[in-house]
Amino acid sequence: MAVTIKDVEYVAKLARLEFNEQQMQKFTQDLNGILGYVEKLSEVDTEGVEISIHPFPMFNALREDIVRPSLDREEALLNAPEKEDNLFKVPKVIE
Amino acid sequence: MHRKTIHEIRDLLRKKEVTAVEVTENSLKRINEIDDKLGAFVSIEADKALEAAREVDKKLQAGETLPDLAGIPMALKDNMCMKGTISTCSSRMMEGFLSPYDATVVERLKANGAVIVGKANMDEFAMGSSTETSAFKLTKNPYDLERVPGGSSGGSAASVAAGEVYYSLGSDTGGSIRQPASLCGLVGFKPTYGRVSRYGLVAFASSLDQIGPFTKDVEDCAIVMNTLAGHDPMDSTSAKVEVPDYTKFLTKDIRGMRIGMPKEYFGEGVPEDMRKCMMEAIDVLKSLGAEIKEISLPLSEYALAVYYILASSEASSNLARFDGIRYGYRAKEFTDAIDIYVKSRTEGFGDEVKRRIMLGTYALSAGYYDAYYKKALRVRTRIINEYKEAFKEVDVIVSPTSPSVAFKFGEKTANPLEMYLSDIYTVPVNIAGVPGVSVPAGFIKGLPAGLQFIGNYFEEGTLLKVAHAFEQATDHHKVRPTI
Repeated sequence: MAVTIKDVEYVAKLARLEFNEQQMQKFTQDLNGILGYVEKLSEVDTEGVEISIHPFPMFNALREDIVRPSLDREEALLNAPEKEDNLFKVPKVIE
Repeated sequence: MHRKTIHEIRDLLRKKEVTAVEVTENSLKRINEIDDKLGAFVSIEADKALEAAREVDKKLQAGETLPDLAGIPMALKDNMCMKGTISTCSSRMMEGFLSPYDATVVERLKANGAVIVGKANMDEFAMGSSTETSAFKLTKNPYDLERVPGGSSGGSAASVAAGEVYYSLGSDTGGSIRQPASLCGLVGFKPTYGRVSRYGLVAFASSLDQIGPFTKDVEDCAIVMNTLAGHDPMDSTSAKVEVPDYTKFLTKDIRGMRIGMPKEYFGEGVPEDMRKCMMEAIDVLKSLGAEIKEISLPLSEYALAVYYILASSEASSNLARFDGIRYGYRAKEFTDAIDIYVKSRTEGFGDEVKRRIMLGTYALSAGYYDAYYKKALRVRTRIINEYKEAFKEVDVIVSPTSPSVAFKFGEKTANPLEMYLSDIYTVPVNIAGVPGVSVPAGFIKGLPAGLQFIGNYFEEGTLLKVAHAFEQATDHHKVRPTI
């Protein structure tokens, strides 16, 4: 499954990243190198083997639905690149 | 004074031979003197540290008996939040990020009177094995300034080895505590997944990340683990398993302990001088009455491939939150909302981070999800089962921590795969979620080499017991670099 520049372009778009031509080529080469190495997983028989998302089985960690302190507005907006009237400011997204 | 351990400083404080302020001032002075050439720190919190030290002194004066860590200077890896201080993950993306709350580990440290003097340099977002991917600076190995300290927690390791602080915290996703501990001649501990809360740790790969300590010896490690370990309601993956007093395990008696030597970890990938160093260490274990058994972990060979798929996939998802809207870097010029995301991410992330995001996004994308991501999760199950089987036969497993001692700057940066291979013995431990520790095992051409012990789930005590017995039978942990 060799990765082409077209694939890298597509994945970059999904990942919201931008590359120039030269970087695109380098990433194509790097990804092919790494995926070539990863290919060895096909040697492992996983027929009928369950997936493990966590190292050991975990179940929902539920708690009582009680109000507890959380970040106030000021703290939540502390690192906002741009804010106005106690809100995050973004460019217009609806035409 | 900077060569001392936590337990030595604690005893001096209790005997009132020094004050916490003196110890802290000494630490800050040492940082001031050597950190320009060492590069372990990205920020220093001198005022907050001295304030904490004064609090401790006040209580000591009042005759209170304080916790072990009270008044002792330490460093945090810069991916852990401490309220009111900057956390950058050594990335332009988080430059200037002011933590609005304390990580649970920070809260626990503060409750124990710890003196946090600053934040340590790291590979950007913990992605790397040499700390060279930091967007800000290079951290040098205290044993040889032309060599890397390992990574990703390179600053945390260097700061302790060079005596700037008495211990530090790092995070370990594929070896990021154990490998730098090995390269800097320290004890580095990765607890069982879920043992230590990850709340307030900037996520890299959520199913692999664990926080743990760097210390000069195993007793110090047990002391810090006593403070860190335990359930936290703020981390839904944190385990509700009772925490013993880890210092109680340091009995030096390992007679009859069954230690597994996986033949795959001592195979052809291990250079001759490293093998010799490891075999000498194993002879020490034998002389202490441990029973060495050869075992086989054939699937370990596939752990690194599993790791790069899973860690990158989880990272691509975790790092999607950096969009230039709520926090983090925002590009100066953009055309619309989507363009804010693209430009901010493109300008804010470094190359290694982008490489992992790209790999992860690819592995999770339609058409490849089953072939890569799900396949890796199935192989993970088999690796977990292989460890479970092994721990029916043995109490702990031993291996080298890393195939090599500290390498030179730039030596492995050209080829990502070569850099990834320095984690070959540490990565399987994260995949399975079991605990692991690296202890100083000797020197190769003047550079430290570490021995790794791997334990069964939540058997941190057994690991510390064997690591301590080994350490006390050798002198490697007493060596300090001359910086």
